[in-house]
Amino acid sequence: MVLTRNTIRWVLKPLVFLASLGPVVYLAWGAFTGNLGANPISEITFGTGDWTLRFLAISLAVTPLRKLSGWNDLIRFRRMLGLFAFFYGTLHFVTYLSLDRFLDVIAVRQPDQGSLIGAFLRSIVQDVWMRPFITVGFAAFLAMLPLALTSTAGWIRRLGGRNWQRLHRLVYVAAVCGVVHFWWLVKADVREPLIYAVIFGVLLTFRIAVAFSRRPARRAPSSAAGTDLAQRPS
Amino acid sequence: MLIKKAPDIASSEITPERLYVRRREFLRAAGIGVAAVATGVVGGRRPAEAGQTGQDLAITTKMVTTGDEKVTPFDDITTYNNYYEFGTGKDDPARNAGNFKPKPWSVKVGGECAKPGEYTLEDILRPHPIEERVYRMRCVEAWSMVIPWAGFPLGDLLKRFEPNGNAKFVEFETVMRPAEMPGQRRQILPWPYREGLRMDEAMHPLAIMAVGLYGKTLPNQNGAPMRLIVPWKYGFKGVKSIVTINFVREQPLNTWQQMDSNEYGFYSNVNPSVDHPRWSQASERRIGEFFKRPTQMFNGYADQVASLYDGMDLRRNF
Repeated sequence: MVLTRNTIRWVLKPLVFLASLGPVVYLAWGAFTGNLGANPISEITFGTGDWTLRFLAISLAVTPLRKLSGWNDLIRFRRMLGLFAFFYGTLHFVTYLSLDRFLDVIAVRQPDQGSLIGAFLRSIVQDVWMRPFITVGFAAFLAMLPLALTSTAGWIRRLGGRNWQRLHRLVYVAAVCGVVHFWWLVKADVREPLIYAVIFGVLLTFRIAVAFSRRPARRAPSSAAGTDLAQRPS
Repeated sequence: MLIKKAPDIASSEITPERLYVRRREFLRAAGIGVAAVATGVVGGRRPAEAGQTGQDLAITTKMVTTGDEKVTPFDDITTYNNYYEFGTGKDDPARNAGNFKPKPWSVKVGGECAKPGEYTLEDILRPHPIEERVYRMRCVEAWSMVIPWAGFPLGDLLKRFEPNGNAKFVEFETVMRPAEMPGQRRQILPWPYREGLRMDEAMHPLAIMAVGLYGKTLPNQNGAPMRLIVPWKYGFKGVKSIVTINFVREQPLNTWQQMDSNEYGFYSNVNPSVDHPRWSQASERRIGEFFKRPTQMFNGYADQVASLYDGMDLRRNF
């Protein structure tokens, strides 16, 4: 099968899209049928968090894989994969806000403490302010937000390629904050966050190495940034 | 069979030992022997759950401390566990505890007491009629269950070893068996797991040595063959698969406090107004429920245990 632009657009990308929906479908189906164990809300929280980190890793692996395999078409999948990281991050955040914070507030709130919304907002602010692992988790989400909002070709044009490139380096902030968030919430077993730390470490090192290897030549517009942008996102 | 509900039991009836002993005399006088009352009587109120492979226990009395709060299903109690010796996932203990052999079992008793020694499980259990105690269990992670334990008062056991005047605390240790407990092959925690109680806490009538669950012997993942239950404290005080009991002069260093003394203390009383540094303890998720519940002081056992801590700053002694 020749890997034409159409094959990518109409076959491969839809397949990747459907596969990427797998985790949320599994969690939703599991919650509906009572198959997520004794504490389904905890499963959903951890599951969505896990897949946020995984999609961040997968989307950060695109460029290294391109360089190693020579398969430039991989770049066409990067936006979708990055947006799925944001999707799972949003699910994770919304789960925390509604099933943890909101349910907490309605359980312990005293009637004389003002409005429910006020108590809810205070509860979130308190968590973000007082619990370092929540602070960095929130920072990770904030880092992803502008990337999701500026993910289209229109924004690349509006911002200009170089600025867009610089803004999207926030993905590294999101990845590091995400790993630290995970690391700081475990009680004793840091094995899983450590695995993510190693994966992101390798991916980051690769990118730094590539950036340094390009140093001697002045960075012309036809460097990686230009090449990426020349592919009209489809 | 005598069934007592918590509201019927005022703290004045429970706390003083002489009154507690008198209740036992009453039971004997009423002809309810310490010999077996068939589990069938209790089982009739709560049918044995599918998948239970433990042996039937002869339950003599039943104490319900949880009013009409729904008892957590056996499946949830036995598949959602923190037992890091078998792995740190909640489903790891159920998956990995199959090779664990709770028999033969013996307990080494030592320290400040007149009857130290090595006691087999049979020696330990023989004189104690088994009671069913329906207790709340509140994990430090802010989830909770209602569990029908089968066991006997810890104080009755400890008295047999005749602790002397120097015994201010009692410490317990979990078995060390990396061959059967995969989590112990890594230094997740500084094995073996250690926990302890102040002597008056240990002698309190609510503290039990649990040997069963839902009328049958404990599944491995719940701490077979015997584990501590101290319902007014966070669940990690309930040390599992006990092989050592020591009476000591100084407060023991319990494992979680050793891991991080900022987050886990010795007393670990359930207290909604003392947060864990990383999360609030004001509410909890009862397993099986969608909405959260407000956490109660001493896990709802304040009437019975608050007097143990009169004058103590429970924020400092958390």
